[in-house]
Amino acid sequence: MSGENTLLAPESGCASAPLPEVLRERGQREVFCGLTGIIWLHRKMQDAFFLVVGSRTCAHLLQSAAGVMIFAEPRFATAIIEERDLAGMADCQDELDRIVERLLQRRPEIRTLFLVGSCPSEVIKLDLGKAAQRLDVKFSPATRILNYSGSGIETTFTEGEDACLTTLVPEMPAARAADRPNLLVVGALPDIVEDQFARLFAELGIGPVGYLPSRRLADLPPIGPQTRFLLAQPFLTETTRALEGRGARRLDALFPFGAEGTSDWLRAAADAFGVDRMHFNRVIAPGRERAKRAIAHRRDRLEGKRISFLPDSQLELPLARFLATELGMHPVEVGTPYLNRELNARELALLPAGTRLSEGQDVDLQLDRVRIDRPDLTVCGLGLANPLEAEGFSTKWAIELVFSPIHGFEQAGDLAELFARPLRRRDILRV
Amino acid sequence: MQLAVWTYEGPPHVGAMRVATAMNGLHYVLHAPQGDTYADLLFTMIERRGKRPPVTYTTFQARDLGKDTASLFQNAARDAFDRFLPQALLVGASCTAELIQDDPAGLAEALDLPCPVIPLELPSYQRKENWGAAETFYRLVRELTDRDLRPAPRDNRRPLVNLLGPCALGFRHRDDVAEIRNLLDRMGIDVNCVAPLDASPHDIRTLGRADFNIVLYPEIGAEAARWLDQALAQPAIRTVPIGVGATREFIEEVAALAGVDAGAALADHASRMPWWSRSVDSTYLTGKRVFIFGDATHAIAAARIAHEELGFEVCGLGCYNREFAREMRKAAALYDIEPLITDDHLLVEDAILNASPELVLGTQMERHIAKRFGIPCAVISSPVHVQDFPARHSPQMGFEGANVIFDTWVHPLVMGLEEHLLTMFRDDFEFSDEAGPSHLHAKARADANTRAEADPAAEQTGEAAIGVMEAPSGDPAPVWTAEAEKELKKIPFFVRGKARRNTEAFAIAQGRSEIDLATLYDAKAHYAR
Repeated sequence: MSGENTLLAPESGCASAPLPEVLRERGQREVFCGLTGIIWLHRKMQDAFFLVVGSRTCAHLLQSAAGVMIFAEPRFATAIIEERDLAGMADCQDELDRIVERLLQRRPEIRTLFLVGSCPSEVIKLDLGKAAQRLDVKFSPATRILNYSGSGIETTFTEGEDACLTTLVPEMPAARAADRPNLLVVGALPDIVEDQFARLFAELGIGPVGYLPSRRLADLPPIGPQTRFLLAQPFLTETTRALEGRGARRLDALFPFGAEGTSDWLRAAADAFGVDRMHFNRVIAPGRERAKRAIAHRRDRLEGKRISFLPDSQLELPLARFLATELGMHPVEVGTPYLNRELNARELALLPAGTRLSEGQDVDLQLDRVRIDRPDLTVCGLGLANPLEAEGFSTKWAIELVFSPIHGFEQAGDLAELFARPLRRRDILRV
Repeated sequence: MQLAVWTYEGPPHVGAMRVATAMNGLHYVLHAPQGDTYADLLFTMIERRGKRPPVTYTTFQARDLGKDTASLFQNAARDAFDRFLPQALLVGASCTAELIQDDPAGLAEALDLPCPVIPLELPSYQRKENWGAAETFYRLVRELTDRDLRPAPRDNRRPLVNLLGPCALGFRHRDDVAEIRNLLDRMGIDVNCVAPLDASPHDIRTLGRADFNIVLYPEIGAEAARWLDQALAQPAIRTVPIGVGATREFIEEVAALAGVDAGAALADHASRMPWWSRSVDSTYLTGKRVFIFGDATHAIAAARIAHEELGFEVCGLGCYNREFAREMRKAAALYDIEPLITDDHLLVEDAILNASPELVLGTQMERHIAKRFGIPCAVISSPVHVQDFPARHSPQMGFEGANVIFDTWVHPLVMGLEEHLLTMFRDDFEFSDEAGPSHLHAKARADANTRAEADPAAEQTGEAAIGVMEAPSGDPAPVWTAEAEKELKKIPFFVRGKARRNTEAFAIAQGRSEIDLATLYDAKAHYAR
């Protein structure tokens, strides 16, 4: 089987139209803030602790989003700002020192502490950057103390990861000029997916391969002009900029969803590292075939079905491309909280013509469109899913797409199943 | 600043959302940054509501700050009114909007909307969810209630009451209301209005028609009831009918105030709880040590049931809502214990370890603490997770509520016969106490034990938390003989730490350097309760 890039957009595609029209809206947004990224980032970065400096609302959000995970000694917490902090009766910086000290005494195994900014801390202009610098000096070298903002006023859901990874870029050691070119995979992936990719890169003969974030801060890979990086996630705008600032170059590719997306993504690396095309095809063929077989099992359920995405994670575009090109679904509206045209250029080119793209949100107007469009499946947040079901719409809740392993060949079938399951359930229920 | 991993209560605007979501025909415009919509999913997922909460968020972002957040708010309020045509509008700010100091009240007033607009002042950095709910409901009642309405003359009509306090995201509120409606109906009393649950602003207008109020949940309804008492001279019943005894008192008080006969309602034999509790299989419940924590209302009610109706020993009692500290202190005095009033779950965890209870009654958080220590547990109060918004009828109030409570609390305990067998065959390989009660996952219990035995540090932390206060310094710790150590292991693990500590303290006090079987049993006799 050929691994050549034979992918074409269904029904001619928007490829001919270089800049598809995008409906830009603003109004009420039904989205998470960037703090939510902590929930999966702290699982990935095993020696890191995330301390949110915010209000009771922030703590409440984290516990609502973390569900039962909160009870397994999680490596995140909230320093809740109180009345006396605002009234100037307590110096916020002193308070922060006190809390960080207590925290690190309790959890001496922590190697990186992120002070995470929130809406309240941003609005009162609490300088967490300065606090991080001061505390970093104090606790060095045992613990690095870094800072980023996950506030709702600045970040939407997965942009929290973008902000976090951006702060890690300056921490990466500089590659020496004599070093071999290295590959960097950017974006937190479940360990099992990361390991699958690592095996494929090894078989392809691409290396050394580093990951951002690394499981431990000490293992951050080197970076320099000879570094090539692949984005595993579409929401890494700022991280991309920072990596490019250190001389690394991005490899343009589809995001690794489905058999075709994953092939294209791996091919970008193979081409950059001069891997022989025959060898490439031989290495990826088994995984690619398995992915196609697994996807085919779901095709009868999804082919021809119309799907709408409400904005949530920026994964909407690549996922709509996957569902359209590999499962024969018809995207009606693809909403995204933020559209980076450059990172998504190849994805955009493969979306079927007539797909309505929207950036930003006015949730009431968007729901009106869903009611008119009547898609077979609507991808949306948990605040909207049950109300839409009650109106007779089938929904797939979006946050699961961020928490579940969905990248790569071996997960392609699971990814298709995530969309097929609500439709199958609707068919089998007799109540 | 306060370090928190878990909070018992959300911020006060979530309390306001609970009131808005409970009602019909009301809309809430919340000045809040992008992201605060997370709270919607508490209602759509945990309570499984099929409608979006009636809340419009302004979702301002960084680029809006300092220029047009005020007009953003006004546009949102106008759009919300046009779209939803509410009978009344709540306006307010979340924690971040409180800091940017737009004035929702003034901004909304300037819009001159053709419906009552009720501004909410909810100090997010001082107060919490329950307070927010109570304040919102109080504001609504004060603003909307028709002050000229009075009850019709009695003549031969049935008495009319309001039920105040039931709310969205309330622990078993739905079924409690059904239960109390039923009870009142049997007493010949009609319900004028239940609020906020399922009431509309129009319904709130008519509160004055009722002869009196019944406050089902003081955390949410007491403030409004106090105002109705002052402004409309409407008296209120404040006894919360959770438990057989409290339900009987409630019936008597309501009957007295309504001028009806309590006899029929009191003679209700639907309540199986008293007989269940008296039946011989329940003998083994006598003196079981129970630790109770939750919102003050549910915790105080639970303590009374535990003590008077199930024969437990209340070894710990507390609440997370400071507003009800006085009530809590009064209740704790009845059981001669120091109440625990805190919203720090780590302190609750320490207190549970210290008290070495055999049963924990609490919130979702205590369920997890108890699970970690392998102690049986039942949930009696918010905050709760999705499984505690059940499909089946499961009230806490009234006689059926008492039945539900009996089953719920006793189920996690080793029942009498089972405990008897465990004691009889203590050393039998299949019935050893390591096997644990049959309802708990046997392996989990065994693991917990192995961990404690194999890892002296772990055992130490567990027991240090318990024993640290009394250990006299300087004295060498007495040595356990192998025989005594083996005997100690036969003591159920959840009181083993206490037994070890007591025995050692006893041995030190007696100047014994060695703990043998005799010392162990001397100590047991010394501390016999």
